[in-house]
Amino acid sequence: MPKRKDIKRILVIGSGPIVIGQACEFDYSGTQACRALKQEGFRVILVNSNPATIMTDPEFSDRTYIEPLQAEAIARIIEQERPDALLPTLGGQTSLNLAVELAERGLLEEYGVELIGARLETIRLAEDRERFRRAMLEIDLQVPEGEVVRSLEQALAASERIGFPLIIRPSFTLGGIGGSVVYNREEFPAAARWGLAASPVGEVLIEQSVLGWKEYELEVMRDQADNFVIVCSIENFDPMGIHTGDSITVAPAQTLTDVELQNMRDAAKKIIRRVGVETGGANIQFALNRDTGRMVVIEMNPRVSRSSALASKATGFPIAKIAAKLAVGYRLDEIPNDITRKTPASFEPAIDYVVVKIPRWDFEKFPGNDRRLTSQMKSVGEAMAIGRTFKEALNKALRSLENGWSGFHAREEASIARLSRTALLDDLRSGTPERILKLWQALTLGISPQELCRLTGIDVWFLENLRQLVEFEGTITREYAERSTLRAETLRRAKRMGFSDRHIGLLLGKRETEIRAMRKAAGVLPAYKIVDTCAAEFESFTPYYYSTYDEENESLPSDRRKVIILGGGPNRIGQGIEFDYCCVHGIFALRELGFEAIMINCNPETVSTDYDIADKLYFEPLTYEDVLNVIEHERPEGVILQFGGQTPLKLAVALEKSGVPIWGTSPDSTDLAEDRDRFGSLLDELDIAHPQYATAVSVEEAAAAARQIGFPLMVRPSYVLGGRAMEIVYDPTALETYMHQAVRASEEHPVLLDRFLEDAYEFDVDALSDGEDTAIVGLMQHIEEAGVHSGDSMAVLPPYLLSREQREDIVEATRAIAARLKVKGLLNIQFAILYDTLYVLEVNPRASRTVPFVSKATGIPVAKFALRIMAGERLAALKLRVPAELPYVAVKESVFPFDRFEKADIFLRPEMRSTGEVMGIAETFGNAVMKAFEATGIQVANGGRVFLSVNDNDKARIVPIAENLHKLGYALVATHGTAETLASRGIPVQPVLKVSEGRPNVVDDIKNGAIQLIINTPLGHRARQDEYAIGWTAIKYRVPFITTLSAAEAIVRGLRARERHPSEYRCLQEYHRLL
Amino acid sequence: MKARLILADGTCYEGLSFGHPGEAIGEVVFHTALCGYQEILTDPSYHYQLVAMTYPQIGNYGVNPQDFESRRIYAAGFIIRELSPIVSHWQANRSLDEYLRHHGVPGIHDIDTRALTRRLRDHGAQMGMITTSTEPVADLLARLRAGKTLVGRDIVHEVTTAAPYRWPLREEDANAPSPPARKRFRVAVYDYGVKFSILRSLLRSGCILEVFPAATPPEEILAWNPDGIFLSNGPGDPEPVDYAVQAVRKLLGRRPIFGICLGHQILGLALGGRTRKLKFGHHGANHPVQYLPTGAIEITSQNHGFIVDIDSLPGDEVEITHINLNDQTLEGFRHKRLSAFSVQYHPESAPGPHDSQYLFDHFLQEMERFHA
Repeated sequence: MPKRKDIKRILVIGSGPIVIGQACEFDYSGTQACRALKQEGFRVILVNSNPATIMTDPEFSDRTYIEPLQAEAIARIIEQERPDALLPTLGGQTSLNLAVELAERGLLEEYGVELIGARLETIRLAEDRERFRRAMLEIDLQVPEGEVVRSLEQALAASERIGFPLIIRPSFTLGGIGGSVVYNREEFPAAARWGLAASPVGEVLIEQSVLGWKEYELEVMRDQADNFVIVCSIENFDPMGIHTGDSITVAPAQTLTDVELQNMRDAAKKIIRRVGVETGGANIQFALNRDTGRMVVIEMNPRVSRSSALASKATGFPIAKIAAKLAVGYRLDEIPNDITRKTPASFEPAIDYVVVKIPRWDFEKFPGNDRRLTSQMKSVGEAMAIGRTFKEALNKALRSLENGWSGFHAREEASIARLSRTALLDDLRSGTPERILKLWQALTLGISPQELCRLTGIDVWFLENLRQLVEFEGTITREYAERSTLRAETLRRAKRMGFSDRHIGLLLGKRETEIRAMRKAAGVLPAYKIVDTCAAEFESFTPYYYSTYDEENESLPSDRRKVIILGGGPNRIGQGIEFDYCCVHGIFALRELGFEAIMINCNPETVSTDYDIADKLYFEPLTYEDVLNVIEHERPEGVILQFGGQTPLKLAVALEKSGVPIWGTSPDSTDLAEDRDRFGSLLDELDIAHPQYATAVSVEEAAAAARQIGFPLMVRPSYVLGGRAMEIVYDPTALETYMHQAVRASEEHPVLLDRFLEDAYEFDVDALSDGEDTAIVGLMQHIEEAGVHSGDSMAVLPPYLLSREQREDIVEATRAIAARLKVKGLLNIQFAILYDTLYVLEVNPRASRTVPFVSKATGIPVAKFALRIMAGERLAALKLRVPAELPYVAVKESVFPFDRFEKADIFLRPEMRSTGEVMGIAETFGNAVMKAFEATGIQVANGGRVFLSVNDNDKARIVPIAENLHKLGYALVATHGTAETLASRGIPVQPVLKVSEGRPNVVDDIKNGAIQLIINTPLGHRARQDEYAIGWTAIKYRVPFITTLSAAEAIVRGLRARERHPSEYRCLQEYHRLL
Repeated sequence: MKARLILADGTCYEGLSFGHPGEAIGEVVFHTALCGYQEILTDPSYHYQLVAMTYPQIGNYGVNPQDFESRRIYAAGFIIRELSPIVSHWQANRSLDEYLRHHGVPGIHDIDTRALTRRLRDHGAQMGMITTSTEPVADLLARLRAGKTLVGRDIVHEVTTAAPYRWPLREEDANAPSPPARKRFRVAVYDYGVKFSILRSLLRSGCILEVFPAATPPEEILAWNPDGIFLSNGPGDPEPVDYAVQAVRKLLGRRPIFGICLGHQILGLALGGRTRKLKFGHHGANHPVQYLPTGAIEITSQNHGFIVDIDSLPGDEVEITHINLNDQTLEGFRHKRLSAFSVQYHPESAPGPHDSQYLFDHFLQEMERFHA
């Protein structure tokens, strides 16, 4: 069956902002799908609220709507665009849920839109836990015992029947949110209530625990002729009980016999047929009892997933692209395998290497939370590595994580080395981000793999491989002790096991560079092998490489002019998709200029690691060693560090010292901008104001500095991204506490203290400069006052409150700084204005997080232009047209992972904690803000009750907000103090009790659904118990929660705009035509 | 202990010995299945072959008492990237290393199997030697080159049964639930090197199996009064196995015939087709085959170095039923009038996907029809 001719216009729904459980893997899959559909000649209409995605670049679709992913908005877009079909399987759970909602409301039928990729019935069957269970039993597959319930009473009854421990799995959720493992009766009611609340349909599965069983996933594809292939099998290193997204995973499966693997394959085939995935991909999870081989089905996702992105990168089989083609009628055998070109996609990839993925967490940002890993995903990113053996891949993956680890080695990790044997063994029972290194410690202490298997449920095969690594550390150390050098053979064996130079250096008390020199002198060099889907059975054409210490090198450097771009590594808070966006644009620009573009990155979720983006892709850790190996092999004309965020910049000095030609702004300028003293004097010379600052390495120094500068102070360790460990301190005691914690956190770098400009307006500037000429491409104003990290605050483009003089000041300062730093490429500056004085807060001569937002808002391909400047073009030659006035408003708003961290402080702080962003774009500020709020998932009802509680400083400013809310028809309830203020101004308000004042209180009201919007500004510098309770309840029950007055003012403007002119939906292509 | 793999073209790979220390000469082929080494090693079709696994981690789940394809190792030697240091599986009762040693089969690990695969892919399958000997390469090469290749040589007689027997001889060989209670067909199996999994599939289909030596005259087969005749898989070049070809020619039309792999090639030759050697063969568990009558695609288990030329079969008598989608080679055909069909690949899988089990049902249907 060839391509369908009866459909012409296809609506694709993206996955929205990056959140835990749904990250940039859906940009990767969505981009692939949009490209594939366009190539096939379809008209692609895309809706996605996330401006940081490649898929929302106007050239990837015909009509690109950056609009809230809500049924109303999509219904309106359907009405306008009249698509023939909706493809919902590439935008994660978000897209799938929306498709169900649209279908159930009859909208698809009304407008004659066909669901392709997955039928409604299929989605329902896969997502409805009870029906899925029954379906599995019908086809003679085993499932863990379980019961689907819709109330607490039913849940209690089910728990008694099934027994503890058990697992709670809410229906229709992503990343296991609301799910938990419950060990006893006491914990159960709270966990069940949470699960019921987290499910959009109020339904959970209470399931027998198969904790500790081996966990597997199969990535499968099926076409409408019932042809079926397994793309990849994945075995989890961590057993059942830890969410797959939080598990170390390995591809392919390592400890299954062919009989078991084929039984699993047979089961997958039956499942996909029974559930009815007619076209496209799905992923199915199984658990296997290690002692009996009993296999049970856990769940299936009838869509492209995080695991399928991983499987695509692990095999070279582009699941999303093929899923899109299957959805429009092709059969698997009609689609060629891009890699071999000669063979069809109807085959099962054979791989001849091992892939290891390790998640990356940011628990540090959410202090006080339990670090144990559970069935609810908490990781924010992941790194993947490819090696010829598990040992090699694991070591590469560990050093790809960029948390300072050199590989499978923990001697330098004080927190682990300190643990007593008993504490260590106890710790190992539960999964934590550091468990892998604790295993090192345990093996070093001589604890056997069998014993560790018993404690952790990790297969003894993996543990034995780890033991070999520990053993070989001993070999290295002993040989060096005997010979004062390492034999070439020993070095070669170490490298074949994935030992990094740094790791070997740590063992021998040598510097990484010394080991590198020793290794090169011994002729131990990496070879690059191709990822080809077929284990070399056929010739391959796709230049997708990984390093290994095997004999034959398959990567032959071309004689073209070439440039390497270093990617951003695993996603973390503060280091995310925005940087990958810049890298991908850099690649596109290089290719347009005729260079060979070479990408190095280790993040499997990204577009940049799609093998058909760059001319050559090296899937490698972003460490000095691995990067320099590629550079020495390829000998590029330039290496670009400024697109990938902090990750590549950290390597700048070392690479430059090694003679690597670095394109763009010099590492020295980057250092200059980061170095407080150097930069302070530079600003002084330029006569640009900046907050008074000091640096301190001790408590005493900090106290002295504080006396000089005065409180409040913004304090942070130097050289950090995303404002890690950044705080505002208001008094000496708080400063002392901070210094005790922070100095320990970062011994190498001093703590920076800046005068905090309370109540200042903040601005973010993105500029392009060739070192002489500078152009501001994006000038954004933050909605929140200074003190909220720029990555967390709402930003508006163009600014809503900025005089012409102030604007000119900003332009002038930007130019002066760019010229002084000899910026070549991108420059981001954060300004603050307080009492008419312009201050520079921070300068980053590199890609900023706002580059994609600015590009989407203005239509200027900022990163591409930056690359052309780095390639030697003058700014003037770029014919850059920055619109003087935007005839519309774009608002960027952040989304936070507070729903996953029970003890998170939900008030915005100088430390960045958002995982992603959305954009609202409209004719007016009010409409744009409202769209931005809606896009983050905040749905403010058109009436109902608003709860207000503000601190004394905010009492005056809350009055007009309350007045407006009242006029808009909302009933107001407020805590005692706030209520008094409002009542005294004649605003009708009903008082409500705080949690500490008795019951029923505001938390009861929230739980009862009696509150539709919460405006609560923090009373102290730290949220108090009361506020935690309110915030956490609001998050659990999904009530919009506003924590700053400026955001409250914004939402009021939004609500008023919504009342007056309902939002219109226009695509980016139309907006850009207005310029 | 060090070991070397030497190819007839002079390429030498240095690695480490496992299994039996010593020497083995055979045709070097690569296999792309990710697991299933126990089935591969015991498959008689690998007689005189040194099998290189492209997947680098081998031996992880050891060797178990269930997943045998015969009672011994037939592969002459085994070539892998990394031998698992331990066994992790609930069914395993020994390690791969022990198993090879027990059967006196040499193995080599720690070599760049991908480089080897690329060489075989580009230059074709060739003879090779695994050895722990420290003799100079030139001497080893001389010995290697003096050895016989598989072309033109009948090695079926070395693997076939000496006398007819009822299968299974031992309960554990069947490794399968008892057959359904329905009409039980008597199937005469020509053993050219038959895999247990084929016999298991036939047994599961309710067949009564009598296994005959490859050179059994057709009269003897018919004297047993079978409902159908099965032509098994087996090693090497089909052309020199002319006694089998002639026997099949005489049996055509007398009973339904079903052939797999070498059995398919013998049926092809009996129908007047030609066979030829492939450059490096098909050895894997991921080859797409299209069943032409429906267009459906099966992911198949493959293991053959020779094929029946797709153009060589008489078009008026033979219908092509299956083709390989990777290289368009012939994977199956049926006789248009007489009840005889065969496939080049392995519907019994082991190792590999179970997509093609329907062919055993086809055989049953043929026998039923013939009976009627």
